[in-house]
Amino acid sequence: MREPTIVAEITAEPLDGGRLSARLRSMEDGAVVLFEGRVRNSAEGRPVVRLRYEAYAEMAQRVLSEIASEAGSRYEVGAVGAAHRTGSLELGEASVIVVAAAPHRGAAYEASRYVIEAIKQRLPMWKEEHYADGSTAWLGEQPTGGEAL
Amino acid sequence: MAETTLAVRVLLFGVYRELAGQGEIAIELPSGSSLAHLVSELRTLPGLDRLPERPAVARNLRYAGLGEVLETGDEVALIPPVAGG
Repeated sequence: MREPTIVAEITAEPLDGGRLSARLRSMEDGAVVLFEGRVRNSAEGRPVVRLRYEAYAEMAQRVLSEIASEAGSRYEVGAVGAAHRTGSLELGEASVIVVAAAPHRGAAYEASRYVIEAIKQRLPMWKEEHYADGSTAWLGEQPTGGEAL
Repeated sequence: MAETTLAVRVLLFGVYRELAGQGEIAIELPSGSSLAHLVSELRTLPGLDRLPERPAVARNLRYAGLGEVLETGDEVALIPPVAGG
């Protein structure tokens, strides 16, 4: 099996799934899954106007690379790319993108799902929701790999 | 001569940073102290009394158990519940 290409980025710049997908293009991969997570206008019924993401940048870079590499070794894929945005995001903007490219669609879908679920479980990244009434709240789940509360 | 204390840098993020009112704390502890000792010490600081007894922590960019013993120069981060994606 060929060694998969791995890309992982933590960035304050807008994300471009098409560009990442193009960068991971290979004549051997006939299936490409692009997942894009976007800022939604509500959270549990409350109107949301924007989000702010804060990362432990150095560790997040390492963890995102590890997650993409794990997907690359678990599934028959040619490339796995993941990027997560930081800073203030408006509604509809992409906060995360995942590209999985494989010879066949099954592995591409599975690798894509693995990466986004692992990001949610353990990427050291925090989200502050800003609501229409001017209030804010930090959201989160206890990370796997850390101690339980 | 044996070192009697160790010095570490503690990074705080998200809601923990807001509790502490700062993103970084330099702290000295007796040699042989564990991450659990560090957390106990941090919980005596203003605002950080609201820190959980057993928060998730990272030591030198990796998630770490609270039993791990610290060394001078370690970078420790308190990791609030994560919310990537």
